[in-house]
Amino acid sequence: MDLYEHQARELFEEHGIVVPRAEVTDSPKEAREIARRLGGRAVVKAQVKTGGRGKAGGIKLAADPAAAELTARQILGMDIKGHTAGTVMLAQPVDIEAEFYVSYVLDRATGGFLAIASTEGGMEIEEVAATRPEAVARIPVDPAEGVTSAKAAEIAAAAGLPPQTVDVLVRLWEVLVREDALLVEVNPLVRTRQGRLLALDGKVTLDDNARFRQARWGAQQDEHHDPLEAVAAARGLTYVKLDGEVGIIGNGAGLVMSTLDVVAGCGARPANFLDIGGGASAQVMADGLSVILSDPAVTAVLVNVFGGITACDAVADGIVQALDTVRLTKPLVVRLDGNNAARGRAILADRAHPLIQQATTMDDAADRAARLAAA
Amino acid sequence: MAIYLTKESKVLVQGMTGGEGMKHTRRMLAAGTDIVGGVNPRKAGRSVDFADRAVPVFGTVREGIEATGADVTVVFVPPAFAKAAVLEAADAGIGLAVVITEGIPVHDSVAFTGHARTKGTRIIGPNCPGLITPGQSNAGIIPADITKPGRIGLVSKSGTLTYQLMYELRDTGFSTCVGIGGDPVVGTSHIDCLAAFQDDSDTELIVLIGEIGGDAEERAAAYIRAHVTKPVVGYVAGFTAPEGRTMGHAGAIVSGSSGTARAKQEALEAAGVRVGGTPTETARLVLETLEVRGDTVRG
Repeated sequence: MDLYEHQARELFEEHGIVVPRAEVTDSPKEAREIARRLGGRAVVKAQVKTGGRGKAGGIKLAADPAAAELTARQILGMDIKGHTAGTVMLAQPVDIEAEFYVSYVLDRATGGFLAIASTEGGMEIEEVAATRPEAVARIPVDPAEGVTSAKAAEIAAAAGLPPQTVDVLVRLWEVLVREDALLVEVNPLVRTRQGRLLALDGKVTLDDNARFRQARWGAQQDEHHDPLEAVAAARGLTYVKLDGEVGIIGNGAGLVMSTLDVVAGCGARPANFLDIGGGASAQVMADGLSVILSDPAVTAVLVNVFGGITACDAVADGIVQALDTVRLTKPLVVRLDGNNAARGRAILADRAHPLIQQATTMDDAADRAARLAAA
Repeated sequence: MAIYLTKESKVLVQGMTGGEGMKHTRRMLAAGTDIVGGVNPRKAGRSVDFADRAVPVFGTVREGIEATGADVTVVFVPPAFAKAAVLEAADAGIGLAVVITEGIPVHDSVAFTGHARTKGTRIIGPNCPGLITPGQSNAGIIPADITKPGRIGLVSKSGTLTYQLMYELRDTGFSTCVGIGGDPVVGTSHIDCLAAFQDDSDTELIVLIGEIGGDAEERAAAYIRAHVTKPVVGYVAGFTAPEGRTMGHAGAIVSGSSGTARAKQEALEAAGVRVGGTPTETARLVLETLEVRGDTVRG
C-alpha cells in the first residue's frame, strides 16, 4: 500500500526527520485558517497517490490565506492521472538552497535493499538517473547490518551529500524497517538558506503482507475508485475493472493475465481481471459471476479454469450452483481443462443452460467469447 | 538426474500436521516423494498415518535430519512463523527449503534468503507451488498427475501457468518443473534454474515463463545470451494487464526497465528465445524446436 504524502510526512516526523509545518484538510474554508496558522503563505498540495502532481497543477503557492482558500477550492476534486484529490496538504514554504534525493528501496535483483542518493533531487531525478547515472549513487545495504552512522556516512560520501545528511539516512532506514516498508523516498530533501535540512516531500510504500503485525496500518485498505472493485474486495475477490466487454474469471494470477492477453489477441477487450484462486468453491464462483454480470459493459463472459489442485468437476458444480443464485443474462463460455475435466464438462453438459457453451482449449474459448461479445 | 530434486531426496514437511500440510503431504506421498518426517515442536514423538506409511513428527528440523538424513524441507508454516521455520532449517544444514507459504512479509523473506545463502541452503519460494521431477519426487503443491517424465525443464513465476504448460506438453514430458514464486524476493531465480538446466544432462530444452513486474526476465535474457546453449522457449503473461503500482522513482532507477510484458518479450527474443503469444502457441514452439533438433541429430 502506498501512503499519501501527509502520512509519509507524519512517519518521517515520528522518526525524528525534520519536516515543514503542515496540515491536511478537505475544506477550502479550513485551508484559509491553516494558512493563517502557518503565517499566511502556504504551499497547497493535492494529496493523491501518484507522481506528476506539480505538472498537473496539483501543487501551488498561495500568497495569503484568501489565496489559499481559492487554491484549495481549485485543487480539491481535481483529477490527476485518474486519482481524485480528496484532500490538500498546506505546508509552510521554505527557502531552498539545495535539493537532494535519498531513498531505500527493495532490490529484487539481489533480494536486499539499495540506498539511492543524489545531490540533484527534485522532480527530474529519473531523468538524471537515466542520462547521467554517475550523478546517482546506488549502495547496497546488508539487511542484517542495517544503516549505522558509518554506513550512512558511506552513502552520503558516495553521493556527495553533506555530512549533515547522515542523521537523516540513519532515521530513514529506521522508518523502512520499523514500518515494514518496501520503499521510503525523500525527494527533495532540502537544505534551507538557514542551513536546516528538511524532508519536503516523500513517498512510502508499505508491505501489505506485514499488515498482521503493523497495528496502525493493518486495518487500512487501499481505496477502490471503482464501485465494482469495492464490492469484489468486500467479498474477498481479486478483481480489477478494465475498459472492455469480455468478462473474465480464472484461477491463478498468471493464468488470468494470460487469458486477458489471449482475449485481446482475438480482437476483443477484457472487461476485468478476476482471480478466484485455488479453492474455487461454489460460493466464490457465484460471487465472481455476480460481480461480472453486474458490470453493464460486459456482453459475454469467459470462465477459464485449469484444474491443477482444483478438480474441474468441483468447478463445474460451482458454476451450476451459482446459476441458482445468479441469473445468467449474458452468454458464458467455459473452458475446463486438467484434473477431472471430462467429468466437469459432463456436469455442465447435463445442466444444458442455453447461454452456456463449452470450449476445450483456451484459444478456442477466447475466440468464442470474443465473437459472442461482438455479436 | 533432473535438478534440485530426485527420487533420492529425503523430504521433511514443516507444518505437516496443519490442514494444508496434511493434504499436500498425502499428495506428495502419492506422487512418490520420500517423505521421511514432519516437524512440529508441539507434536514431537508422535507419528501421522498416511495410506502406506506412518510418518514420524520431529520437534526440530535438526532432529529430523539426524534421524532420517533428510536433505529437503517443504514449509507450510503460516506467514507469522515462516521466518523462524526457514532460519531453523538453514541453521540445521538442510540443502533445500521449499517455502510454499503465501503472504510472508518481504523483510522476513529478505532476512531468511540472505541467511540461507551464508549457510549454503537453497530456498525455492516463498509463495510458490514448489518443484516436481515427474516420476521421481514432488516437493510442494504442483499436481503430479497432469504430466510425465521427459526432457523439458520448466521454470516459472506462476503456478497455474506452469500447470497449463505441463499439461499441454504432457506427451513430451519434463525433467523438472520449478515454480520459483511471484514474490518480489525469492530464493531461487530464473537464472539459477537456467544454469542448473543447462548443466543437467536430462534436460534438452528449457521453457521459461514470466509475467509483468520487476526485471527478472530481462536479467534472465542477458544470462541466456551469455551462458545458455540449450534451446529456450519463453512465454510472458500480462500484455493487457493494467499498469501496476509504481515504486516511486526508485523502482525505475534500480531496474532501468519498465517491467512491461512487451519489454520482457523483446529482451528474450533479442537473446534468441522463441516467445509464444499464448500458452498453446508456446507449447507448439517447444514441439517444433524439439522436432528440428531431432532431425538434426538423426541427420
